[in-house]
Amino acid sequence: MVYFDHAATTPVRPEAVADMTAEFGALGNASALHAAGRRARRAVEESREAVAEALGATPHEVVFTSGGTEADNLAVKGLYWARNGADPARRRILVSAVEHHAVLDPAHWMAEHQGAVVEELPVDGRGRLDPGTLRAAIERDPASVALVSVMWANNEVGTVQPVAELAAAAAEYGIWFHTDAVQAVGVEPVDFAASGVSALTVTGHKLGGPVGAGALLLARGVDPVPVLHGGGQEREVRSGTLMTPLLRGFATAVRLAAAERVEHAAELATLRDELVEAVRAVVPDARLNGHPTDRLAGNANIGFPGCEGDALLMLLDAQGIECSTGSACSAGVSQASHVLLALGADPDTARDSLRFSLGRGSTRADVKTLAEAIGPAVERARAARAKRR
Amino acid sequence: MTLRVLAAMSGGVDSAVAAARAAEAGHDVTGVHLALSKNPQSYRTGARGCCTVEDSRDARRAADVIGIPFYVWDMAEEFDREVVQDFVAEYAAGRTPNPCLRCNEKIKFEAVLERAVALGFDAVCTGHHVRLEDGRLRRSVDYAKDQSYVLAVLDREQIAHSMFPLGDCTKAEVRAEADRRGLAVADKPDSHDICFIADGDTAGFLNRRLGSEPGPIVDESGEVLGSHDGAHAFTVGQRKGLNLGGAVNRRYVLSIEPVSNTVTVGSRDALAVDRITAERPVWSGCEPPAEPTAFTVQLRAHGEVHGCRAHERDGRLEIVLDEPATGVARGQAAVLYDGDVVMGSATISATSRVGEAAAAG
Repeated sequence: MVYFDHAATTPVRPEAVADMTAEFGALGNASALHAAGRRARRAVEESREAVAEALGATPHEVVFTSGGTEADNLAVKGLYWARNGADPARRRILVSAVEHHAVLDPAHWMAEHQGAVVEELPVDGRGRLDPGTLRAAIERDPASVALVSVMWANNEVGTVQPVAELAAAAAEYGIWFHTDAVQAVGVEPVDFAASGVSALTVTGHKLGGPVGAGALLLARGVDPVPVLHGGGQEREVRSGTLMTPLLRGFATAVRLAAAERVEHAAELATLRDELVEAVRAVVPDARLNGHPTDRLAGNANIGFPGCEGDALLMLLDAQGIECSTGSACSAGVSQASHVLLALGADPDTARDSLRFSLGRGSTRADVKTLAEAIGPAVERARAARAKRR
Repeated sequence: MTLRVLAAMSGGVDSAVAAARAAEAGHDVTGVHLALSKNPQSYRTGARGCCTVEDSRDARRAADVIGIPFYVWDMAEEFDREVVQDFVAEYAAGRTPNPCLRCNEKIKFEAVLERAVALGFDAVCTGHHVRLEDGRLRRSVDYAKDQSYVLAVLDREQIAHSMFPLGDCTKAEVRAEADRRGLAVADKPDSHDICFIADGDTAGFLNRRLGSEPGPIVDESGEVLGSHDGAHAFTVGQRKGLNLGGAVNRRYVLSIEPVSNTVTVGSRDALAVDRITAERPVWSGCEPPAEPTAFTVQLRAHGEVHGCRAHERDGRLEIVLDEPATGVARGQAAVLYDGDVVMGSATISATSRVGEAAAAG
């Protein structure tokens, strides 16, 4: 099997499995006051310190969540409610047009149900949001902006945003800036303090931790209104019994990812470039979507003119090669990618692309296998597409 | 011989067992659920509707149990263009279409089959109750569930790339087999009605699409007996819903004339026809007969069969029934059988009684 879908989820590191296995065998609710509770609490706090250290944050800035979607919802809804509650004139939510649905959908939900006004800021043909575009949007009426949310790097096409510049533009006007860094941690230099962002989403299962654990980093003074109410855990911001085993696995994975990042990213980028070259050698008109250089090391999003991505995906899957169309599914019906549309693709080209995402375990042999399979698959997918016309 | 088979899986019990049988026979089977609506409903409502999120999940779970790969194919655009819009246009023209037949003709065994063949599959497998013997379609052993009528439109090339594993058993046997195979859809209700009209209100659906214009209900002499709220709510042979009052004897819809928005009614006798002209004939079971030849013919889904003599002339099928039949609607298929083997199919375009000029063309 050739697995090129690490951006969807990536294997759990053995070290994380070992830590979680040990913790699953231990007893204790981290909020309990007795010895067992204190033991669990210590494991949680050590995990928090490890995550904070790996990401350039202080332990107090780490709020554990169930993952990226929850962290994004807490950021978009909670920060909006906090700012808008203090000043009802602050109704605008500024997001890039290429955000993950975990940001876009809560933002639009806030518009439909909570009186927010969402502005999707356009990106260029490579997927980058120009800081000037954000600045112009803010300057139309700075006092009406509740928050800005722009992802660190795009999950579909891999384009890395100029986060520090964007965050600085928001900070100039005292506007909170959230970034979804789910895809970036482990391959990009994500430093919470240095980046100047107010809030940052990270999740475990994209970097070798378990599914079900993640965090929202919140700078001091950036206090969202809670989305989950209950026992008051995580300084009243996120109630719910702390999932000690998952947090230990998450922390171990984040620590390893940060420590190995530079070497790992360089290896991935080399392999990724080989993959793109190998595909282009067989399919000369294949098109690399996103930014040619400012892109995630493991991301190759490639358009195959005249093909439907889901037909290609099926043909490759039948050969044991696993990748993604990167597009959202409801009832399994693939939609044209909103990201590729935002990059200027027409509805047909927005469906002709596959995302190959590399990670730990990806090899040259995998790339060779793909290179051998892609030619005939593209030929067949083109014939099938032609039939639909 | 191992074939690469694409099993169309609706989420119902028939297509699940059909896929399981194809896989068990040693074929390389891939399950595909056809998404026919851009905005699928979340849940089924009784026996109505299809292609809901729940159906898609049921199909996926069946594929899991069978142990075959599973994908969803988005055929919503094709379905809307070829089936839904055609359905509306046919009613607007005063005809009575069969959308299931149309879906088999244009979606399952054309758009899906062509795409499948291009992608390297040898055949499309479905859970239709029909037998396939020596390249000919034959009625299912379960006559009550037989679907040969809505498949008779397939030509020989389409049939050559089709697989119907269920024709040799009854629906009850299919359900029992599903249960034995651990398929959770064993007890799922049968689908009825038109899948894209989820509430079952065909007249309301047509009113929304076509608008409704009141018009006259007349008898054969042209005398106005009453009025209607929209001609496309009626179908030939219909008795209910005419609201002509007690003074008028039992009347049946004889014809619908969309241009003048007129519904013509008459006695049951007047409904009886014995000459039928049908268009676009497809002959999968025999060569087109140039001279009148004896067949049996079925004139609507689940309808009775009639003895007849039929031949093809100038690209049209001409049928003379042995005895007059009632409720023969333009737009429905006339399917010719030799015993229980399908010979051909064509779309009814005109009907008349012997000695009369053909009504409507």
